Amino acid sequence: MATCSCCCGEDELTKQLDKIIEPYRGQPGGLIQVLTKAQELIGYLPKWALISIAKGLGLSLQDVYGVVTFYAFFSLIPRGRHKISVCAGTACYVKGTKMVTKTLREVLGIKPGQTTPDSRFTLEVVRCIGACGLAPAMIIDGKDVHGRLEPEQIPQILEQYA
Amino acid sequence: MITLTIDNQKIAVEEGTTILEAAEKLGIKIPTLCYLKDINVIGACRICVVEVQGAKAYVPACVAPVAEGMVVRTNTPAVIKARKLILELILSDHPMECLTCVRNQNCELQKLAEAFGLTEIRFEGEKTSYPIDNSSPAIVRDPRKCVLCRRCVAVCTEIQTVNAIQAQERGFNSLIAPAFNEQLANVECVQCGQCSLVCPTAAIHEVDDTGRVWEALADPKKHVIVQTAPATRVQVGETIGAEPGSIVTGQMVAGLRRLGFDKVFDTDFTADLTILEEGNELLQRIQTGGTLPMITSCSPGWIKFAEHFYPDLLPHLSTCKSPQQMFGALAKTYYAEKAGIDPADIFSVSIMPCTAKKYECTRPEMKSSGYQDVDVVLTSRELGRMFKQAGLDMANLPEEEYDAPLGISTGAGEIFGASGGVMEAALRTVYEVVTGKELPNINFTECRGLTGVKEATVQVGDLPVKIAITNGLGNARKVLDKIRAGEADYHFIEIMCCPGGCIGGGGSPIPTDTEIRLKRIDATYTEDERMALRKSHENPAVNELYQEFLEKPLGHKSHELLHTHYTKRNRYQEEEC
Amino acid sequence: MKSLDELAKIRDSRRAALKIREGVPSATEKAHIMMCGGAGCISSKCTDIVEAMKECLAKNGIADQVQIILTGCMGPCDMGPVAIVYPDATFYRRLKVKDAEAIVEEHILKGNPVQRLLYRTPGAKEPTRCVHDIDLFKKQKKIVLRNNFYIDPTSIEDYIARDGYAALAKALTQMEPGEIIEEVKKSGLRGRGGAGFSTGMKWGFTAAAKGSPKYVVCNGDEGDPGAFMDRSVLEGDPHSIIEGMAICGRAIGSEQGYVYVRAEYPLAIERLSNAIDDARRYGLLGKNIFETGFNFDIEIRIGAGAFVCGEETALLTSIEGKRGEPRPRPPFPANAGVWGKPTVLNNVETWANIPEIILKGAEWFSTIGTEKSKGTKVFALAGRINNTGIVEVPMGTTLREIVFEIGGGIPRKKLFKAVQTGGPSGGCIPADYLDTPVDYDSLGALGAIMGSGGMIVMDEDTCMVDIAKFFIDFCVDESCGKCSPCRIGTKRMLEILERITTGNGKEGDIELLQELATTIKSTALCGLGQTAPNPVLSTIRYFRHEYEEHIKEHYCRSGVCEFKE
Repeated sequence: MATCSCCCGEDELTKQLDKIIEPYRGQPGGLIQVLTKAQELIGYLPKWALISIAKGLGLSLQDVYGVVTFYAFFSLIPRGRHKISVCAGTACYVKGTKMVTKTLREVLGIKPGQTTPDSRFTLEVVRCIGACGLAPAMIIDGKDVHGRLEPEQIPQILEQYA
Repeated sequence: MITLTIDNQKIAVEEGTTILEAAEKLGIKIPTLCYLKDINVIGACRICVVEVQGAKAYVPACVAPVAEGMVVRTNTPAVIKARKLILELILSDHPMECLTCVRNQNCELQKLAEAFGLTEIRFEGEKTSYPIDNSSPAIVRDPRKCVLCRRCVAVCTEIQTVNAIQAQERGFNSLIAPAFNEQLANVECVQCGQCSLVCPTAAIHEVDDTGRVWEALADPKKHVIVQTAPATRVQVGETIGAEPGSIVTGQMVAGLRRLGFDKVFDTDFTADLTILEEGNELLQRIQTGGTLPMITSCSPGWIKFAEHFYPDLLPHLSTCKSPQQMFGALAKTYYAEKAGIDPADIFSVSIMPCTAKKYECTRPEMKSSGYQDVDVVLTSRELGRMFKQAGLDMANLPEEEYDAPLGISTGAGEIFGASGGVMEAALRTVYEVVTGKELPNINFTECRGLTGVKEATVQVGDLPVKIAITNGLGNARKVLDKIRAGEADYHFIEIMCCPGGCIGGGGSPIPTDTEIRLKRIDATYTEDERMALRKSHENPAVNELYQEFLEKPLGHKSHELLHTHYTKRNRYQEEEC
Repeated sequence: MKSLDELAKIRDSRRAALKIREGVPSATEKAHIMMCGGAGCISSKCTDIVEAMKECLAKNGIADQVQIILTGCMGPCDMGPVAIVYPDATFYRRLKVKDAEAIVEEHILKGNPVQRLLYRTPGAKEPTRCVHDIDLFKKQKKIVLRNNFYIDPTSIEDYIARDGYAALAKALTQMEPGEIIEEVKKSGLRGRGGAGFSTGMKWGFTAAAKGSPKYVVCNGDEGDPGAFMDRSVLEGDPHSIIEGMAICGRAIGSEQGYVYVRAEYPLAIERLSNAIDDARRYGLLGKNIFETGFNFDIEIRIGAGAFVCGEETALLTSIEGKRGEPRPRPPFPANAGVWGKPTVLNNVETWANIPEIILKGAEWFSTIGTEKSKGTKVFALAGRINNTGIVEVPMGTTLREIVFEIGGGIPRKKLFKAVQTGGPSGGCIPADYLDTPVDYDSLGALGAIMGSGGMIVMDEDTCMVDIAKFFIDFCVDESCGKCSPCRIGTKRMLEILERITTGNGKEGDIELLQELATTIKSTALCGLGQTAPNPVLSTIRYFRHEYEEHIKEHYCRSGVCEFKE
């Protein structure tokens, strides 16, 4: 994952990003779509990518940054290899989100929004993931739902993710 | 026409009128905070809520259009209670520094709090705590005092099309700032200060340099001189409560002397000089096939805008420095020599209706005298503050004259303050220089007024000179895009950064709105007509300057002292490769 | 596909192939196993069970005689993974991989349903085999979720077999645009997103509005914490949304639709996106649909995580690629919506109703429900309740029926305390009002709202002050920050609730909360702000004593709040 890219256009990611931008060139309306795809490509939204996107779509960097910071889905910082999203929907809250978050904080030693120093996990507390039947639940890497969580299961669950 | 009832009074207004406007017609002033007529109409602060019969919630008067048969109540106890609570909430997220605040007694939030009799804030909790940004030499951004009304964003984006600040983050963490909360000095902000002019509080304000001036004035070793911009004399009066449009030239000069300035000079003098240099540059470009159209370069906000947004068009800019910087360069050379003062001892202050001038005087190339040519720029607002601190009641001061020689000027220099003034002054001179005949009518009224883009063709001898004049950067863009597209056949374009020209500059007294701008413009032309001389080339002091020092327009010394160059800048916070 | 005949041909041939799902035994196929592929069942590894079943079928040499379909959410998430085996419509629950063999070898090969995997009504001696005989389902009425037991959501032909796109065909060939709008008006359908505005009237305004082009938008930014109805529809029956929107396109004169789906629903996005592609391939989207000259297409816009984008003006701004900040109305989207053009905006559930209304008529639809609230409503039941999941009931069903009969009551013999409807915009309704019929007006009168359909049940272990804090915390997080009452007001409410729940509450805090709540409700810019105080107001209204206990006695009867002295 590139942490730096300059305007020289040699970087492979830069080229791929340009491909994402191309269909939306000069079209500010495509901003959210481009940002979504750019984050898919790079894993997060580094400043150089925002600059390329602003230039490509004909926006100021302020406009782009304003949108990025408005939506929870976008991240300006690199994330861990695995993203743990603890559901904070009402059903989960009623059934113990607090306990799940507390356990994860203790086990991982980080707060929600942070990434472990070894870049293994990023911990997030998110809006309802729509698995209310499994409350309390968390979702790892956007696909693996772990439901009906008990604190003592959590370390074992995390072991599955290297 | 739509008929409605407001506070039991019937009124008929045109369709599309807002409740706020309709109420105003009845003499009911509904309080507002975020609202800025024609510019920021977003219904965000909710101070202007009113009761509309049948509506399930209160309605924001500033955005809600009237409807037939509508029954509005603007001041029921419930409405007033709601407004008061909203104010209390806003203040609960505001630093209570009113007494030490730069906007004390000229703050819209403070006025509302006073009007609503707010005596207690019952909420103690988190307050916005983003750091103050004082990176810029011109403008301070203090997010703690921001009420998120977004007037600044509207002005920066819609009027100036600079877009250097935008709403960032969301909810309670919302912030108006450049991307990444970068400092203003490091982004494409042109330092025009229009944001500071519309800010209802002190969330964006000019850098206060009065302390540095007081210090210099108190320093016996310093010879402290001051220049006053053309627009200052038609606006400084407002800082002490005079009616907009009051002309206070003589009192301002008297006041400056009483503050302790050793010499009180006038930027109008170098405005006249600018006409001679720039007029000749234009003629030379026309005669030698130089880059046309040529664009004026007096307005430092416009210069920075061109550098960031139209770097490809920089060759179109006149190489003339602005009158302020011409003055600065001459003060520490010509004047120093003439007065027999070591330029190292001269402290050069200017009074400007402008925040960008503060930035301009710090540009590295503005040191042609060997020293920083202009040491400190004060805005009209800061001068007003100094007068107050010194207990000077300008209204009761006698009218005094500027000092010679750098205080001698013509009406042509004076009108630099209004949009179209530089063009008119240039035409007055170019016409007579080229044709050798006296102008039949000195008033080029086609140059005047608030219209965003003014165009005309003026016959100068055999040559039909095509001109354009713009004020406000959004209007400049229209003309610049034409040049880029190769569709502009103008010879000469005047571009002023701020709406209305310098009389509406970002350093002007607060408030400054369209109506006030028009009054200052009227005053400017009144002052022009009062002058004995009204053409730059007739300024005797300027002519003496050429004879004694510069030799001729565009001569060697002129190039050294009066002309400059520009720098291409990017607009995306990019680091150099 | 160009003609109605072709549509009929596909429908008939596919319907014949799917007879088995209607209970008609087939000569060539032994069974169709419908495995629930809702989020809950998927996360309980239902796909592993499918694999195991396939293996077992192959081992027994009958792989070609049994179809296994992954459906949309069937509803009873708490019992997942669940499956229905046709033709006998046997309902299985709490399946494990090791159960695959029993189902294949006992049920499918020998015809003996696996007793231990059947549903047992609490207290009943015998299990109930057939899905149609189970109380939990019998009390429901499926219009929106009409297809979730029956179709493969990735198959457009399955949808067509269930009369899919017949309503569009009818609207295009037998109805004038004005008639379509009249029909929707007459049906009495009200927006299922929460506010309950008449859908037909909305369409009428947009049709009459000046300006073109016009747009049709589906709000799939389901954001209420504790609500997953729209997800079930998008994942289980995506074509119903496409068809509903196309019908509206015809009615108002629009050729372009947008579906705004939240990024947190990747499967819904995938299913919908495939469905749109299929519809295009079948000529049901695109140019000259059914050779009537009608053009209509749909694009997906992905919401990037902002609850406020469920508010219509915010959603429209977000479609334009900007910060999803609401703006004052008027102008309403009917006059100035996406790109400033006339726009109809309805939520997923509303759209799913449209094809049925057009096909079966307004009269049929308006016989269901109450006088002012017609049709059905889908709810996501969650919290302290036995049968967590999705249910669809006729409007007018009482809360008691939903919670205790369909929902199976409270687990572990705990006492019911309240049911929360409408998510962060709604309110908590106590036991005294359990016999209230669920409709827009009755819930509104209780200080709650219908909302989009989240229904969270709370028992004696739930602290109502803590719940109020939870919802306000959510609103503080999701406030866009544009208007001052919501931006600062909700924050201050949260701070007061925080001090109450940690033992630092003061005399007068309840009144201060009420004052803030009332002002925010009446002055905030958008629906989010105007309804944000509802959970606080309704808990103060019905559970004031709990607030007082916290403040005066530093006592939390549910044992949730920790008081630091």
